[in-house]
Amino acid sequence: MRKILFIIQKEFKQIFRNKAMKPILFVMPFVQLAVLSYTADFTVKNINLFVQDMDNSVLSKELISKIAAFNNFNLKEISNSYKKGFYKIQQNNIDVIVSIPQNFSKNLQTNKKTEVAIIADAINGTKAGVSINYLQNIILDFTKEQASKKGFTNIKQGVNIIKRNWFNPLLNYKLFMVPGILVLLVTMIALFLSGMNIVREKEIGTIEQLNVTPIKKYQFIIGKLLPFLILGIFEFSIGLIIAVLWFKVPILGSITLIYLFTIVYLILILGIGMLISTITNTQQQALFLAWFFSVIFILMSGLFTPIESMPVWAQNITLFNPIRYYVEVIRLIMLKGSSFSSISNNFIIISFAAIFVNLLAVFNYQKTV
Amino acid sequence: MTAEKVIKVKKLNKTFGKFIAVNNISFDVKKGEIFGFLGANGAGKTTAIKMLTGILSSTSGEATVAGYDINKQRNKLKENIGYMSQKFSLYEDLTLKENIRFYGGIYGLSNKQIKQKTNEVLERLNLQKIENTLISEIPLGWKQKIAFSVAIIHNPKIVFLDEPTSGVDPITRRQFWNLIYQATQDGITVFVTTHYMDEAEYCDRISMMVEGNIKAIGSVEQLLVKYKSKNMDEVFIKLARNNENI
Ligand SMILES: Nc1ncnc2c1ncn2[C@@H]1O[C@H](COP(=O)(O)OP(=O)(O)OP(=O)(O)O)[C@@H](O)[C@H]1O
Ligand SMILES: [Mg+2]
Repeated sequence: MRKILFIIQKEFKQIFRNKAMKPILFVMPFVQLAVLSYTADFTVKNINLFVQDMDNSVLSKELISKIAAFNNFNLKEISNSYKKGFYKIQQNNIDVIVSIPQNFSKNLQTNKKTEVAIIADAINGTKAGVSINYLQNIILDFTKEQASKKGFTNIKQGVNIIKRNWFNPLLNYKLFMVPGILVLLVTMIALFLSGMNIVREKEIGTIEQLNVTPIKKYQFIIGKLLPFLILGIFEFSIGLIIAVLWFKVPILGSITLIYLFTIVYLILILGIGMLISTITNTQQQALFLAWFFSVIFILMSGLFTPIESMPVWAQNITLFNPIRYYVEVIRLIMLKGSSFSSISNNFIIISFAAIFVNLLAVFNYQKTV
Repeated sequence: MTAEKVIKVKKLNKTFGKFIAVNNISFDVKKGEIFGFLGANGAGKTTAIKMLTGILSSTSGEATVAGYDINKQRNKLKENIGYMSQKFSLYEDLTLKENIRFYGGIYGLSNKQIKQKTNEVLERLNLQKIENTLISEIPLGWKQKIAFSVAIIHNPKIVFLDEPTSGVDPITRRQFWNLIYQATQDGITVFVTTHYMDEAEYCDRISMMVEGNIKAIGSVEQLLVKYKSKNMDEVFIKLARNNENI
């Protein structure tokens, strides 16, 4: 075990002596965290609105003013011509048309079914989707208000809106994104640093000198892995502090549980890095492989595109994506306060994967060629 | 000198695809001697050394080093040998002292032994003033001497040196050979490759390798007589020409 300590000591010295390393470890991740967290904010502002009011009643006016009062909408025009609104969408002056039908007021007051149409310019799909959801919520609110004024209990008879996607415009995206981006940051650092490490010794030639010593393969891999585990935990901690203090992300669950999972997860990622390092001969090859894996892992993590909206075959692939499990767990623990029992599945999967990958790395590291 | 053989090689072979890098070589090295492994570029010296140090598996044949089979007892073998590879083997981003400490630790020396060895090396090389200098800032000749000292940090029975003096000026080469002599006085057997024929004079016995084959083996005097030559260069040229004729 003493031998492992010597390797760890050497690795730390080398890491901190490398001039490029300090910014990579202490600046880059946090710039990433800050920038990505702000830009990955899906709140949509400046939505240009056209209202076609065919009812022209007190109630329809009330609804319009309620919509107009919402900050993210710019009410451009109210008219009773649908064609005009359509033309304006084509001209790119309008993003969304809200169409209030005749008898809107009458139906609402008699608790009959009535339909408000929302037509969105879906060239910008995200904007369209979000706009529709904002409007749905406002209209639902309005309906409830009216219903309670009239004493109707069954508000289903009010304004009928067909909801396609669950979406909550009042959700603070940063709360949702920051833990996920923290995951990415820790993953990238761990994967790239470990992936480039052993192969670097191959390139310089020092690996040959090590291979001729009686050091055991597992001692070598552990000695290489531990420094990065410590660094990874350190990075994660700073990121977590920023998330809590700056982005005000709550930690509803157990911090111990978060760290426990993070450690197991890091061991898995570092194992993948070690594996990359053992099967490649140059840092360039290792870099490409690490890049390949991280792009796939990130895109299929459910962080930027929900896993449920992927085709089934892609959903199945995400089952092999460690980031997916980690994102899920971190969000569950931090935002929902989940306990071990609700993440135990992910925990078991990641643990087994970590053991498997690291054994493979030890096995694959050849002291004799 | 006792006749105990610390390296025994029998019909050792290494092929890369169809290319025969080492062709059925057999030889013995006696305890305490300096054995020169001579040959031109590409003769197969490094390939042979890598097999003897257990980092390259052989295609066929057998060999024992320090009494251990090179294929079956690699860990034991590695505890008992030192190796200075042709590629540079020290960490450029560690200091002189840190390199000694690291390799000492890997070979299982205690902290006390490491300290003692460090002082010994610094004193012998007279490098106390640069003990905390990064290896990358130290001139090549000094680095080679340091690398040699690190290769024998754990008092191995045998040390393998792969072209330790290539690219170094004559004075430093001379000093390097003095270090080798000192090591043999401590009972270490030295297996050294070189393509400087004049360095053969420093060896107790030499072998001449041409294109994977050992063409001649013996002391310098024996070879000079046998091949009726004035110096080793001539011997080498005769052997190489002989090879072309086959
Ligand atoms: N891994 C390998 N795959 C294929 N051929 C190889 C490999 N390693 C060495 N060779 C070939 O084997 C031959 C002997 O190489 P080796 O490195 O043993 O020579 P050497 O005597 O050490 O030469 P030098 O003085 O240049 O170091 C060379 O022709 C080399 O190209
Ligand atoms: Mg060579």
